[in-house]
Amino acid sequence: MAKLNINGKVRDVQAEPDTPLLWVIREIVGLTGTKYGCGVAQCGACSVHINGELQRSCSIPLSSVKAADKIVTIEGLSANSSHPVQKAWAAVDVPQCGYCQSGQIMAAAALLKKKPKPTDADIDEAMTNICRCGTYQRIREAVHQAAGNTRAADRATRRS
Amino acid sequence: MKKMIFGNGQRLSRRAFVVNSATAAGGFALGLNVPFVDALAHHGKASEHNATEVNLWVAIEPDDTCIIRIARSEMGQGTLTGLAQLVAEELECDWKKVETEGISPSRNLAAKRAWGEMGTGGSRGIRVSQDYVRRGGAAARMMLLQAAADQWKVPVGELSVADGIITHGNKKISYGKIAAAAAKLTPPDPKNIKLKDPKSWKIAGKPLKRLDTADKLNGSKVYAIDVKLPGMLNAAIRDAPVFGSKAVSFDDSKAAKMPGVRKVIKVKDTAVAVVADTWWHAKTALEAVDIKWDEGENAKVSNATIKERLREGLAATENNGERRNGDALGAIAGAAKKIEATYSTPFLSHACMEMMNATVKLSAGKAECWVPTQNLESSLAALSEASGIPLAQCEVHRHDLGGGFGRRGGTQDYVHQAVAIAKEFPDTPVKLIWSREEDQTHDFYRPISVCKMSAGLDDKGELVGLHVRSSGQSINAWLNPAGIQNGKDRRQLQGWYEEPGDAQLGYTVPNLLIEYVMRNTHVPVGPWRGVNTNQNAVYMECFIEECARAAGKDSLEFRRSLMKNHPKHLAVLNAAAEKGDWGKPLPAGVHRGIAQFMGYGSYSAATAEVSVDAKGKLKVHRMVLALNCGHPVNPGQIAAQAEGSVAYGLTATLYGEMLIDKGRVTNTNFDSYEIMRLAEMPKVETVIVPTYDFWGGVGEPTICVVAPAVLNAIHAATGKPVRELPLKNVKLV
Repeated sequence: MAKLNINGKVRDVQAEPDTPLLWVIREIVGLTGTKYGCGVAQCGACSVHINGELQRSCSIPLSSVKAADKIVTIEGLSANSSHPVQKAWAAVDVPQCGYCQSGQIMAAAALLKKKPKPTDADIDEAMTNICRCGTYQRIREAVHQAAGNTRAADRATRRS
Repeated sequence: MKKMIFGNGQRLSRRAFVVNSATAAGGFALGLNVPFVDALAHHGKASEHNATEVNLWVAIEPDDTCIIRIARSEMGQGTLTGLAQLVAEELECDWKKVETEGISPSRNLAAKRAWGEMGTGGSRGIRVSQDYVRRGGAAARMMLLQAAADQWKVPVGELSVADGIITHGNKKISYGKIAAAAAKLTPPDPKNIKLKDPKSWKIAGKPLKRLDTADKLNGSKVYAIDVKLPGMLNAAIRDAPVFGSKAVSFDDSKAAKMPGVRKVIKVKDTAVAVVADTWWHAKTALEAVDIKWDEGENAKVSNATIKERLREGLAATENNGERRNGDALGAIAGAAKKIEATYSTPFLSHACMEMMNATVKLSAGKAECWVPTQNLESSLAALSEASGIPLAQCEVHRHDLGGGFGRRGGTQDYVHQAVAIAKEFPDTPVKLIWSREEDQTHDFYRPISVCKMSAGLDDKGELVGLHVRSSGQSINAWLNPAGIQNGKDRRQLQGWYEEPGDAQLGYTVPNLLIEYVMRNTHVPVGPWRGVNTNQNAVYMECFIEECARAAGKDSLEFRRSLMKNHPKHLAVLNAAAEKGDWGKPLPAGVHRGIAQFMGYGSYSAATAEVSVDAKGKLKVHRMVLALNCGHPVNPGQIAAQAEGSVAYGLTATLYGEMLIDKGRVTNTNFDSYEIMRLAEMPKVETVIVPTYDFWGGVGEPTICVVAPAVLNAIHAATGKPVRELPLKNVKLV
């Protein structure tokens, strides 16, 4: 039995130590907002925060997560989708199918925590998750908007 | 009053048992209105629904919420919002009070397909539905107005309506208050309904926000892969790596003892599945099953042998479909200047982010399935066929898709597998999820082809003859043999047709011969966003570029001179050129390319700005996509589709290819099947140039011009044509 702190709640989970955190979150804890996309840390659909750091949960075994580690999934990012990234995602109408967007939002939130005013180059470097619908342009715009970068805000106003 | 009494207990109970913590907590306390659960899945509010069905397309709640019914699938393409806009436009309701409800295929079937076909592919979701959904909205409005007129005893012509409020003098009534009376009236004859002039649209035609965004932002959206049901088991599957081969035997002595494993089973003749308590247990155990395959002759096939076969098709003389006018071969032979080039494009997988999956529960005389599907009716049919349970006792539950791109339409292979597995566990839901590796290696791939292009120019540099000979695999041969008539398979000529309509060639060439020669392989093929327009646009548009350069003419002017008889194609090309600053100076090292093509009833063109550095590294800086889809229903979503088509098309251009070795796909995940990331996304500008005289598609038309515009810009940058894809295999300098 392992103890996990997910979204501020400590839970006992029963799983083999080599079970990837992704599948513990999805199948044992039952939070399905974190997605399976590749299983090999390539796509980022499974992105969560562990102690504030962005991590690809498909490639983290349960055994390497300590009870004291604070895990945040998309469900715990904010109450009522009120995180600036979530608000910007809505304002820019980012999602298409939406499947990768939990991971994209978690990646953007982690970026803004480190770099509150990211440049395009910062966004290029940090936002490496795969989106097959191709929402990349709007993701960039929404990150700028969440950061309060005026250039992006101007662009968004023009569109709507 | 026609109350919405569709609930028969079964539906209510099945939904009540869906225990996803994230499922919106709707109270369906009345036991009526059960179908609204699907509306809740989209963007529900946690209130009791007590709506009155005015007609098939519109139900209205006492609080004026207008529920618009949607039959087509939503996979990110925005059709749900667009269809709702069209209904709401005619209904004259308050857009802020619109919700949507997905129609289940069983309900459609029981109503003799009153909601029309449900298949969502070929960019038809809006263009094929628009007439009847608009009439549905208009009919509901007319009934609501008539009911108010009857209540007030005034002529209906004296009423006005806006935002769901009907007004006569100082009397007002909202839709929610009059819906019950309206529902009792005889609906107007659809033929007598006058639809609005699209130029007067207030809701449709506007770049409104999508209706289905909220639950994509907080993890609460339940895709089929997320479904949880009481007692549910999970399955992982391994189908024969070599397409068409069989699983002879398997040794599960190790796997059977692994944690959580319930059963290891052979699925049909070709696959082995492990069923366990969790999917992770199933997948881990599956890797421990030793499977013996009978791989046969197909295990000798590789990319090299396939290419040889396609090249043989170029050299052969017969064809499986042609378009001919004049004497192209003679004109080319006698031309002042001859140009020849052979191009190739590879197999491609769809790589939907949500991999193939299906959850099936079989009970006595009842089959249920939860599946992401582009064709709910095909899924229903597959469920019935595979289970042996009559259609009327089958149910497919709607879930929006985590991507589709043509993979999840007619084939439904995953439903057949899931049913075969669920048969081993009566009364127990079993969720089958394909691993990414399974998804990559068992797709219906975009067909491979090679194409030899020949042209003749006269002494003024004008095109006098053009011969196109494409040799490659046929989608119809794999999925729809009935589509091949007398050995002729027109579908592979997509975009090169003569007649006006869905996919017409925009050039007039005095002597033209376009041929398709079928060379099939054992690799399954199917529709892939844009289907054959992708390959055919690369061949035509890159070669037209080569011709323009050989003629010493500007790429845009050379095309224009061939397009005088195709004003719609020309107008879109001009729009792309203008917005793309064609002919204007560029920063040092940046070069432009242009392309145009037609598919799915819409006209597309693009410009691309690229640079190629001294080491041959490519950067795509900017693209302009121009589209005439006739009637733009949501310009914001059209731009989103154009942007998405750049990402999907550019990924294919830069990286996409299936590596076939020993008869199987060997690039099995995103580490070897690379996908473009955000950093490589060019700035995309979309220019919509509608002519409002036809209804064309949106999801697919623009993708086919992405690759040729970029390739032609590379040609401009390096002075050398690119004739094979993907670019990662091509040395640019």
